[in-house]
Amino acid sequence: MATTESVWALLESIPDPEIPVVSLRELGILREVRQGAQGLEVVITPTYSGCPAMGQMEDDVKAALQTAGIAATVITQLSPAWTTDWITDATREKLRAYGIAPPQGNCASHASGESVVQFMTRRDATPAIPCPRCGSVHTVETSRFGSTACKSLHRCLDCSEPFDYFKPY
Amino acid sequence: MSASIDYLLHLADNAVVLGQRNAEWCGHGPIIEEDLALANVSLDLIGQARLLYQLVADLKADGSTEDSLAYFRNTEDFRNYALVELPNRVPLVGYAKGDMDYGTTIVRNFLFSALMALVWEKLQTSSNAQLAAIAAKSLKEVRYHLRHSRDWLVRLGDGTTESHDRVQAALDHLMPYTQEFWTASAMEQEAARTGLGVAPQDLRADWNAIVSNALSEATLRESSTEGYVTQGKNQLHTEHLSFLLAEMQSLARAHPEAAW
Repeated sequence: MATTESVWALLESIPDPEIPVVSLRELGILREVRQGAQGLEVVITPTYSGCPAMGQMEDDVKAALQTAGIAATVITQLSPAWTTDWITDATREKLRAYGIAPPQGNCASHASGESVVQFMTRRDATPAIPCPRCGSVHTVETSRFGSTACKSLHRCLDCSEPFDYFKPY
Repeated sequence: MSASIDYLLHLADNAVVLGQRNAEWCGHGPIIEEDLALANVSLDLIGQARLLYQLVADLKADGSTEDSLAYFRNTEDFRNYALVELPNRVPLVGYAKGDMDYGTTIVRNFLFSALMALVWEKLQTSSNAQLAAIAAKSLKEVRYHLRHSRDWLVRLGDGTTESHDRVQAALDHLMPYTQEFWTASAMEQEAARTGLGVAPQDLRADWNAIVSNALSEATLRESSTEGYVTQGKNQLHTEHLSFLLAEMQSLARAHPEAAW
């Protein structure tokens, strides 16, 4: 009989399909393993509404459970809405080492304090994002949208490297 | 119950139709960054539509699925604003230079995102917990859409004479369609009364402020909103929606029940 602890241990290492250096748990997508009325339940939460990798993530979790012979239901839950605030410092460092600038600042306080009516000027629209390779903050945003839903495109003006930035969400 | 479903379909149809329109830029963007940006905006919108259609399917509990609602309803069943079904260009007179005009896409995304940023903010406290959860996610996404389209509105409006004239023409063309945002419909009144939805009139002053502020920075003239008031949300559509749906729905209808 599988316990919630053994299921956590099993699912602990499932990597994100698009950023394989971090796990689904580290990104905050794997929310909970619990004993429900019908047996074990694994709760996951989507990142962006239209993230094409969500189906893959759910399949990966189901496949790992099946391979281990564990009967559990996978539940997708929207609330509380996924946020990059759940990504720990250690995970942010993994992202940086992989070449993706980790999200800056805290979304929760940002979102509640921000009025959609007010805008900063273009020059100040994005705080300086340190280059994940050389650490310089002398960088520019080249596009708000990048190779995946969760990232934007930037370029370092010192080492000239283009890089992805994991957007605060 | 029926008014609730109509209101949720209105939100979902707006998202799926604009998602489909923006996706027309996939592979045709003016620069690669914008190609990616519009594809990302489309993915967000289609993702929001899927969540909303699934919520409708759960409420109806009649065997509907997100796919049956998106692919097997006809033009006259859709409840999206006429604004989101219009082509990615102004009418082929005057400033229109071809079948696709990025300025028109940017202006439309700006006008719609400005509205939805306000709508999703309010819907976070909807009486339907699932809609509130969808709103909390969608709000994070639409804020990016609004920043993206507003940035380009300013860049094009305060750009060259050519870019200025083209976004001004797009604004003049699209602005009258925003009147539909504010006309009260039975489903919206009922949704606001039950706490499921939001009364659109309550958002008008904030929307005007967002738009005026951006137009002024973009050195654009405020366009007249006078003219025919469209009724897309009440299922009366322009000639453009059927063509859009034909393209979007034909594959699913040619191969019903197909799985991939």
